[in-house]
Amino acid sequence: MSPPATSQRYPSPSQPSGKSEVSDLKSQLRQLAGSRAPGVDDSKRDLFKKVISYMTIGIDVSSVFGEMVMCSATSDIVLKKMCYLYVGNYAKGNPDLSLLTINFLQRDCKDEDPMIRGLALRSLCSLRVPNLVEYLVGPLGSGLKDNNSYVRTIAVTGVLKLYHISASTCIDADFPATLKSLMLHDSDAQVVANCLSALQEIWSLEASHSEEACREKDSLLSKPVIYYFLNRIKEFNEWAQCLILELAVKYVPSDSNDIFDIMNLLEDRLQHANGAVVLATVKVFLQLTLSMTDVHQQVYERIKSPLLTLVSSGSPEQSYAILSHLHLLVVRAPFIFAADYKHFYCQYNEPSYVKKLKLEMLTAVANESNTYEIVTELCEYAANVDIPIARESIRAVGKIALQQYDVNAIVDRLLQFLEMEKDYVTAETLVLVKDLLRKYPQWSHDCISVVGGISSKNIQEPKGKAALIWMLGEYAQDMSDAPYILENLIENWEEEHSAEVRLHLLTAAMKCFFKRAPETQKALGTALAAGIADFHQDVHDRALFYYRVLQYDVHVAERVVSPPKQAVSVFADTQSSEIKDRIFDEFNSLSVIYQKPSYMFTDKEHRGPFEFSDELGNIPITPEASSDIVPAQQFEANDKDLLLSTDEKDDNKGLINNNGSAYTAPSYESSSNTITSQMQELAISGPATSTTTPQSSFGFDDLFGLGVSTAPAPTPSPPLLKLNPRAALDPSAFQQKWRQLPISLTQDYSVNPQGIVALTVPQSLIKHMQNHSIHCIASGGQSPNFKFFFFAQKESEPSNYLAECIINSSSAKAQIKLKADEQSTSQAFATVFESALSKFGMP
Amino acid sequence: MMISQFFVLSQRGDNIVFRDYRAEVPKGSTETFFRKVKFWKEDGNAEAPPIFNVDGVNYFHVKVVGLYFVATTRVNVSPSLVLELLQRIARVIKDYLGVLNEDSFRKNFVLVYELLDEVIDFGYVQTTSTEVLKSYVFNEPIVVAPTRLQPIDPAAIFTQGGKRMPGTAVTKSVVANEPGGRRREEIFVDIIEKISVTFSSSGYILTSEIDGTIQMKSYLSGNPEIRLALNEDLNIGRGGRSVYDYRSSSGSGVILDDCNFHESVRLDSFDSDRTLSLVPPDGEFPVMNYRMTQEFKPPFHVNTLIEEAGRLKAEVIIKIRAEFPPDIVANTITIQMPLPNYTSRASFDLEPGAVGQRTDFKESSKMLEWGLKKIVGGAEHTLRAKLTFSQEFHGNITKEAGPVSMTFTIPMYNVSKLQVKYLQIAKKVSSYNPYRWVRYVTQANSYVARI
Repeated sequence: MSPPATSQRYPSPSQPSGKSEVSDLKSQLRQLAGSRAPGVDDSKRDLFKKVISYMTIGIDVSSVFGEMVMCSATSDIVLKKMCYLYVGNYAKGNPDLSLLTINFLQRDCKDEDPMIRGLALRSLCSLRVPNLVEYLVGPLGSGLKDNNSYVRTIAVTGVLKLYHISASTCIDADFPATLKSLMLHDSDAQVVANCLSALQEIWSLEASHSEEACREKDSLLSKPVIYYFLNRIKEFNEWAQCLILELAVKYVPSDSNDIFDIMNLLEDRLQHANGAVVLATVKVFLQLTLSMTDVHQQVYERIKSPLLTLVSSGSPEQSYAILSHLHLLVVRAPFIFAADYKHFYCQYNEPSYVKKLKLEMLTAVANESNTYEIVTELCEYAANVDIPIARESIRAVGKIALQQYDVNAIVDRLLQFLEMEKDYVTAETLVLVKDLLRKYPQWSHDCISVVGGISSKNIQEPKGKAALIWMLGEYAQDMSDAPYILENLIENWEEEHSAEVRLHLLTAAMKCFFKRAPETQKALGTALAAGIADFHQDVHDRALFYYRVLQYDVHVAERVVSPPKQAVSVFADTQSSEIKDRIFDEFNSLSVIYQKPSYMFTDKEHRGPFEFSDELGNIPITPEASSDIVPAQQFEANDKDLLLSTDEKDDNKGLINNNGSAYTAPSYESSSNTITSQMQELAISGPATSTTTPQSSFGFDDLFGLGVSTAPAPTPSPPLLKLNPRAALDPSAFQQKWRQLPISLTQDYSVNPQGIVALTVPQSLIKHMQNHSIHCIASGGQSPNFKFFFFAQKESEPSNYLAECIINSSSAKAQIKLKADEQSTSQAFATVFESALSKFGMP
Repeated sequence: MMISQFFVLSQRGDNIVFRDYRAEVPKGSTETFFRKVKFWKEDGNAEAPPIFNVDGVNYFHVKVVGLYFVATTRVNVSPSLVLELLQRIARVIKDYLGVLNEDSFRKNFVLVYELLDEVIDFGYVQTTSTEVLKSYVFNEPIVVAPTRLQPIDPAAIFTQGGKRMPGTAVTKSVVANEPGGRRREEIFVDIIEKISVTFSSSGYILTSEIDGTIQMKSYLSGNPEIRLALNEDLNIGRGGRSVYDYRSSSGSGVILDDCNFHESVRLDSFDSDRTLSLVPPDGEFPVMNYRMTQEFKPPFHVNTLIEEAGRLKAEVIIKIRAEFPPDIVANTITIQMPLPNYTSRASFDLEPGAVGQRTDFKESSKMLEWGLKKIVGGAEHTLRAKLTFSQEFHGNITKEAGPVSMTFTIPMYNVSKLQVKYLQIAKKVSSYNPYRWVRYVTQANSYVARI
């Protein structure tokens, strides 16, 4: 569809303005409409082309709708196609006129020529006019049974179009069932593929309110269906292959033989020239082997070469898409790619978005054996004419220095940058040297001698200047003229435009003063006076604060402003490992390109049909809920594989780095444990202490998480299940389990009115369930629909229960889906869950 | 995996074709896209990446012959799939129109719409095979004269050279008949190699790679089976050794690091005798892509010297030597070198009797450019440039200039030594003897010498 000609931003002289031409066309079309003269089709073709070309450039030609329909009585297929295109474009805006077209379209649906039948059916379904749906059912029904596969492929997609215009009409006509049978029996691969995509879309949308659709959706992932597709995958074209592979990603294999069968079946897909097929295959391989550490690593080795070939064989755009995925894998498992670092060298003619990715990859793979070469290469880029890339390269050198144990050589190289005397190089380098010194104070002497030689006049960029000033303050005792440089800078206070620099100047003057008071006193006075008079609020406040604290007691001031420093062991990582894992789960999607999980850039319904892995992500984890998640983030670091969890990798890095410095932080694990248990206590004791009424004994009972005694037990009481009140499960493990386990139980409950009232604060349910040892891992939604994901663990053994709980507060109904490691005990857990829920809101 | 809209914009931002498949993206997406691409300035990148998100709409684009091929969607789709699709749509349209450019597009937009309707239905890809599409598409292409057109692919260089190859071949529509009414039975197999080499300042090779494609374009009727035999000593994969381990290259034979194949290719006898068999579909497609890091002899040797010559002066000497046989001629050679940014003037000194050479100093980008129409194998050429600086330089002048980069095309030459030994077409009748063209070309991808 073309946008109407409301605004034409970039008019070109060849494009007509509209009105008179359109009315001209109208009269010409009218003349031809009734004519049967020879050659009339050719004249019609010319006119139709004009209409379509106006439509394309955005001129509104809807006013000739009637004439176009009149002219459509023709056997010329090219004319018909143009007419269909036109009608499809304007029907929605002209529902009354659309009725005119129904007749001829319906007639064409019965044409002898399958081509015309198909085209007419496609146009009929593309009208998108709700009150015309009654005319669709008949032609669609016969289209699905047509003996020509072209017509059938169009009819299948037509069903999906109908569903989007009127879901009820589509369901009532039982079309999904027909599609399912076509999908499993039709001889034409494209018909089958279209059935699959249509059913995925329909069932995913239906699943939110139909139990049956939910089951049907799951049935697509059953072993027979998956193998039905995988065994004949080569009969499908490359695009349909991607569809099938996307489906296979969600299949839960029954055992390791199953896994190897699938991988052997798909092995040759890795040699496909189409990058989309290869990436979809890679995703299947990675997901299938998540729980098999060795094989998972072999998969990485196996896919490396095909991905590198794709990077170098496609257009820059295609390379970028593949490289983004390679980037993800490299950052996840740098050691596997350490020997391939030369592939990530930048080529001089590559677009900067590619170079940026490559620089990050080089940073990631740098280790003891290749650092020298990588840093040498990066130093070449630092002199590059492409300034943003030069800057990135310098930063990359710095990052490598920060992550290496032996940085001796790198520091030298960084210091050489300063000798290049290029503004931006110096500025970037100073920032890095500053960070390096914060981590490796032992290098200060080498750095200081070079930094001391830099004239602050040559640095224009605030970040670089601020870094230099910081070093002047911090190492005032080692740089003989530090007070004088600072004094100079302070004298030019008025000319310093950056507040950041002025703030640093204040602090540096203070630090310098504590170390070399006689030389700095005057400059500090000037700085404080200028700072207090500064129009910038922060600068003013800091100056005043310094002034007052100095007045109060100089020693206190020194302890505040310049306390003994501990080396920084790890700089904060910008992305949490949970997010990284989520992106990995969304491999082969835009999440990898944007380096964000999908919930951060798409709304729920567009996250892609059939995204099981998204179910958890659909729910924005609210800050309140996240405090409840804390216990869940506790995990055992030692038995996890590097590939499987970025959490652990980061931890290790932290620990290793700690060894290198004097300062040893308490390990993450123990600290998070402490926090965890504190949180747990808080959460548990909270409700109990707050209920001061005599009924508080109920709350106390609940503390033990059994609470069945007071519940009205509608079901015969199953064996009592004891749950671990301190169960822990991290979100990614939850997500993985949720994806892999089958639903063992689905139940509907009524929620009592008190519960519904209490639900106005959804957090209260989370607290309440936690008192029953059922922990919330994510929650979301808005009145009247709330969604919670819970988990629980058996008291005695690490056997997990997962539950999805959807509560509709207006109907007071709750729907629970349970998954369990041990299927046999899921009924027992359901009873505990129900009993806990039934007491929600009760005093 | 569905897309919402597809459109093609000209360099000025005009809609050339526009198709909305799902009506999910608000109006004005073409303007939004064009503004974003035109004025891209995010995180220091001057160039818009091929994929970005504006207000929940994902925009994908590829640039082909200066046109933007764009798809939009709200769904979290596979990025490779959409970019691959856009590239493929461009190829299908090119197969039909013979040449792809704004002019041919505008003349044939009804045909393009017809193609688009069959390629995508309701956002789902149906087919991108020119072969399959032929039975659904009825418009005849209006052929545009190929003369003033920008070539779309490397194979198009064969049309420039003239005599050796039939010039119209790559710009011939797969559906249009030739003036005589009969189609000429012919098949083209092009071995296109793009080479990347980085020389260190002392002249040794730091990295080198060949990215090759065997590209086929068939105008054969009746879909006969074809067998393509490659070198018998061809090996794939370098075992457990590191890719950059050159020790292995002392032996003979062509060793590819890796390769992939078009889906029509059957590899039944590939392991035993290195033949590929296929029934080529209509249109242009890559039979095989390959990647090679085995050591090879770079076609050009570059020697650069930059020396101070007084307070405000310096001299640059660039020497290139063609390291291929004298019966081979490279063409359209360009050599570029960034000069120190305080360079105000450059005067050039070509060797005596130089023909077909041009020199230029681009003031705004401080870029030295040296162009040569052709270089015969074995020849050596030198350029001397005298630079004048606007300020005194300090430090190391070699850090302020370079690296030297080079682009070139060498027809009928390939560095990998990969060869098509024979091209066999299954015969229907004994008199059937279609034209077969097997052509080689080597191009510079990133050919850089540091100084």
